[in-house]
Amino acid sequence: MDASVSAKATASTFEADVREIVAAKYVRTAAASDAVAGAQPSLVVEPGSELELAKVLKLANAAGLAAIPRGGGTKLEWGNRPARTHVILSTARLNRVIEHAWADLTVSAEAGCPIGKLQETLAKHGQRLALDVLWPERATVGGVLSTNDSGALRLRFGSLRDLVIGVTLALADGTVASSGGKVVKNVAGYDLPKLVTGALGTLGVITRAIFRLHPLPRETRTISCVTGDVREAQRLVFAIQNSKLAHSALQVCCGTEMQPRVDILFEGIEAGLTAQVEQVKSMLGAGINEASRDVWNARQEICSAGKKGETEFAFARFATLPAQMAETIEMIARLSAAVLRWQVVAQATGIGWVRLEGEPPVMESVLRESRAGLERGGGSLVVAHRAAGMSAFDAWGNAGDALLLMSAVKRQFDPRGALNPGRFVGGI
Amino acid sequence: MESRIFEELREIVGPRGLITSREELHTYECDGLTNFRVLPRAVLLPDSTNQVQKIVRVCHREKIPFVARGSGTGLSGGALPVENGIVISLTRMNKILEVDLANARVVVEPGVINLDVTGRVAPQEYFYAPDPSSQSVCSIGGNVAENSGGAHCLKYGFTTTHVLGLEIVLADGSLVHLGGKTLDAPGYDLMGVFVGSEGTLGIATKIILRVVKRPECVRTLLAAFPSTNEAGAAVSDMIAAGMLPAAIEMMDNLAIQAAEAAVHADYPNCGALLLVELDGPAAEVAALMGHVDEICRKNGAREIRVAQSDAERALVWKGRKAAFAAMGRISPNYIVQDGVIPRTELPNVMREIGRLSGEAGLRVANVFHAGDGNLHPLVLYDRRIPGQEETAEALSNRILELCIAAGGSITGEHGVGEDKKKMMSKMYSEPDLETMQRVRCAFDPLQLSNPSKVFPRPRLCGEKPGEYVAHPLETAGIAERF
Repeated sequence: MDASVSAKATASTFEADVREIVAAKYVRTAAASDAVAGAQPSLVVEPGSELELAKVLKLANAAGLAAIPRGGGTKLEWGNRPARTHVILSTARLNRVIEHAWADLTVSAEAGCPIGKLQETLAKHGQRLALDVLWPERATVGGVLSTNDSGALRLRFGSLRDLVIGVTLALADGTVASSGGKVVKNVAGYDLPKLVTGALGTLGVITRAIFRLHPLPRETRTISCVTGDVREAQRLVFAIQNSKLAHSALQVCCGTEMQPRVDILFEGIEAGLTAQVEQVKSMLGAGINEASRDVWNARQEICSAGKKGETEFAFARFATLPAQMAETIEMIARLSAAVLRWQVVAQATGIGWVRLEGEPPVMESVLRESRAGLERGGGSLVVAHRAAGMSAFDAWGNAGDALLLMSAVKRQFDPRGALNPGRFVGGI
Repeated sequence: MESRIFEELREIVGPRGLITSREELHTYECDGLTNFRVLPRAVLLPDSTNQVQKIVRVCHREKIPFVARGSGTGLSGGALPVENGIVISLTRMNKILEVDLANARVVVEPGVINLDVTGRVAPQEYFYAPDPSSQSVCSIGGNVAENSGGAHCLKYGFTTTHVLGLEIVLADGSLVHLGGKTLDAPGYDLMGVFVGSEGTLGIATKIILRVVKRPECVRTLLAAFPSTNEAGAAVSDMIAAGMLPAAIEMMDNLAIQAAEAAVHADYPNCGALLLVELDGPAAEVAALMGHVDEICRKNGAREIRVAQSDAERALVWKGRKAAFAAMGRISPNYIVQDGVIPRTELPNVMREIGRLSGEAGLRVANVFHAGDGNLHPLVLYDRRIPGQEETAEALSNRILELCIAAGGSITGEHGVGEDKKKMMSKMYSEPDLETMQRVRCAFDPLQLSNPSKVFPRPRLCGEKPGEYVAHPLETAGIAERF
């Protein structure tokens, strides 16, 4: 029997075995729209429970077939093209909010629960997951955790690593394991919730997660200030950060056709907000105005596709030192000059997002050069969306001297490389 | 251990960096948990990362287990030496290497004392947020190992929230950098796993910390309640009202008496005392303070005081932070327990603790981080009375079982260490613990770094039998198996 015949036999045995576990209508042949970063899977399975998911994963692992976990599919193209792909493990049916313990400020939800639905449930008791993710109506708990997505609120509330307090994972060998718990303060054992946050599903499939919550603010105010150049924007950001204001978010938006604008979000009670807004006005002087909350959609706008037929685009997340934000933006502007349209949304934490529009090969070289510049300063650049026509250059960049250790962790969790093979840093 | 190894170690750290005499070794036989004692074979006092690497390489070659130690204030036996092992004390690596306030970063060696970080940046009105009660003596390296908390972590988070980067020496002596001065370094968040791993994954030799700007205004309120039930109800009401105070601490009558006897904090004598600290913009704090006052009165507080000066505020905190040590004033011996419950379980768990305490015939004083459900029941006993120590230990363990049954944790900030590793099986299932130990196997396959701590049983790190599949990194020539 030659290799391709044997592979076919394995795949058909696998499919038959899966059908023993998951009801027939939740197992289907993959369509072109199920492709992952250009790689075409064969099968899509929607398990109805954590246990079903673990069993299917175990089968795939035993058969040497690659599994790609999928939530809402909004960020499925992040990371490198999979080295192998066979089955999409969808969490679409694992979509419940399990328990909102509002008096304890915690929530437990299944991995496939959309963030928007979660926030609606929490809002009924005046609470929220203090995280502004991309495309919340479709993005799921598991997907957001696996991609470590966070927005402007991170400045005050931290990112997912600061909000997730427990996870349950299905490992490649079918083990179902939990770590952490439903109390905010807990140092018993290793912090696996942090390990799988941002791991792009390469260590296990997240099936459930528990988060700490925050109260919804009673009032919010947004102040915007258009500046002459990014250096001035940087000075304002530094002045605000170095003040005693208790702002929740602080970002700089700029681009080819946009003067740098600084946005500040205040949340709290009326008395505190009024005093702080007055303070900002006296600090920044002329040129500031109260703005609508819409300015906080800026990140999502630059990460979203344009209308069909419009210019090709790419976007990436970068990390720089907060004090080097202006230099970083200037570098991107300089590299893009006259060739590309560019837009940046950068947060005071040093995390920023850049969108480029133009000729794919030019975008690619700008991204590569920006990454090199950022890495020289200790930062990083991770490509999230590549335009058609760009090469499959590494999405992640340099993982430093910890790469061997990361590979050792991967081998412990997924020795046969069943989960999202080749999609993560250094070929993991 | 053979003398050639001692010679080799002495060459690495110099004669003053190696302790082998029995009398001196006794200093290192335990940490803050004194009922476990093991005499190490030697104590090494390196003063550089390079020396740590060299020591660990010797340990790796000779299969000698090692335990890293900071100030030795830990309360779970995390720094307890292991049989036939050595202790690597990091106290000489105590330099603050860099202060970068434009980026709110401070880079330190592991032996730097927690409070000294704040001391260094206080003139510019910054502070280092994690504030364990031992902060005037405990080291940052120890805080990293234990993921230390403190009274203010309700609002500001734990050590892990404030550590951005680590330089670590792995158990084979290699040097690895996790995280960094910028956020979200590509790859797994191994730093997030290392913080709180209790010395079992390697030794941190350099730590990048985030410091925080001091809030405009800090106000501290003391409210006296008839019992912990009313005080607990007031806490729930504050949370339900959408408040996130910087700290909410509770002490019961026994704890109040002890603290009074020790530091004369001028606490009201009552059934339960609530200490609420709010910080932030002055206008907001003023408004919220009124609301807190109202909530406390509604729940039966009969006396409410607001600290009027920094000195008064410091005194209020002094009483709270001295509470553990103060138990010596009212009892010859005591066990410090550390458990966590969902906040809403407080009345039930308190009632059960009261019942168990009555049954055992031993007093239990209670000090809590009430905002996040972290209990510190202190079981008081007298070692001289035969059988009482065993009764106290049994009671203390029963309290942890209550925490687990209530959906909580066996430790909120003191760690598992030697003390609670048996309790781990009660909190987690076997697959949960096996999965955690996969991380251990990746970092330290020979299990030389603080072995026999945290987990009830070590996991064998050998590859499981079965078909060998080359890892993509191997085929790409990027990595090799080790």
